[in-house]
Amino acid sequence: MFDFRRIFGLDSGSKKTAKERLRLVLIHDRTTISQETLEDMKRDLIAVISKYIDIDVSDLEFRMEAQDEKVALVASIPIAENKEVIKGA
Amino acid sequence: MSGKAVVITSGKGGVGKTTTTANLGVALALEGKSVVLLDADIGLRNLDVVLGLENRIVYDIVNVIDGMVDFRKALIKDKRVEGLYLLPAAQTRDKDAVSPEQMRKLIEDIKAEFDYVLIDCPAGIEQGFLNAIVGADEAVVVVTPEVSSVRDADRVVGLLDKKGEIPIENISMLVNRIRMDMVRKKEMLDVSDIEELLRIKVLGVIPDDESVIVSTNKGEPVVLNGKNHLAQAYRDAAGRILGREIPFEEKHQGFVGTVLRFFGLAE
Repeated sequence: MFDFRRIFGLDSGSKKTAKERLRLVLIHDRTTISQETLEDMKRDLIAVISKYIDIDVSDLEFRMEAQDEKVALVASIPIAENKEVIKGA
Repeated sequence: MSGKAVVITSGKGGVGKTTTTANLGVALALEGKSVVLLDADIGLRNLDVVLGLENRIVYDIVNVIDGMVDFRKALIKDKRVEGLYLLPAAQTRDKDAVSPEQMRKLIEDIKAEFDYVLIDCPAGIEQGFLNAIVGADEAVVVVTPEVSSVRDADRVVGLLDKKGEIPIENISMLVNRIRMDMVRKKEMLDVSDIEELLRIKVLGVIPDDESVIVSTNKGEPVVLNGKNHLAQAYRDAAGRILGREIPFEEKHQGFVGTVLRFFGLAE
């Protein structure tokens, strides 16, 4: 039986998935920072930020991300709840 | 005279490096160029069988590098095409039998007397790869429209560029085994997708075709006798190596193409 959605190009097909996956993999591959260095940097950053505010380390996100044609270091650092967070105020 | 050395590489194995080397070599020789095909895959010799020259081997590349024979004496002349020669790999030695410096010297020597040296690179990115790229002026990265192949190709491009051996503008890719029926159904990466991902220029686009298997069975590269679209695709790629501006083949022509284009199934 004909798959009309596919024939008329309405179904995006697996190539879109392949391309999207490759885009991310290549960005990761091209980034010369090793996982080890990334972990070291993460630890140092936590130490610095913790000097000023209490952060929730368990929910911390830290990764390389594709943004258009550039690679960005994206960090999501949640502030700890129910605490007097601003230390030096 | 100083010729040009072109390494045919890929990172991933089994994407068609040897077949590509053989066909580009034949196509360049048919253009009147003198061409040496150098099998750098020491220990896993294959270019000889793809070319159908396996019964004529006397000396190999390691014999030349060890100084046992002059490289001219080790060359096997292809009797089917004027100007085409093979320098076979050693089968019983390993990749450490040759050093990068020896390889560079050998390629320089060949370039002094021939128009082109096409180097068939082994798979992987270890010593054999480093030996194969060291004397090359240009690189052709063979890539198939699959995630693993594209990823490895990107890694190879990065290595070529990083080592400063081959500047990025001298690196091109040959997209191998593309299936237009699958591309149309959006189930296969198209040339433009791979171009966008790898960001290097396209040297050629070779359709997936079972005649390649038949020709390898016989040891006769398709370019030798073929007047079909496959042979033409290799000849076009060879023409681009020579610096010609050759448009990429129209996928569909005539009435069928008109109908397909009407339904948005062809370009």
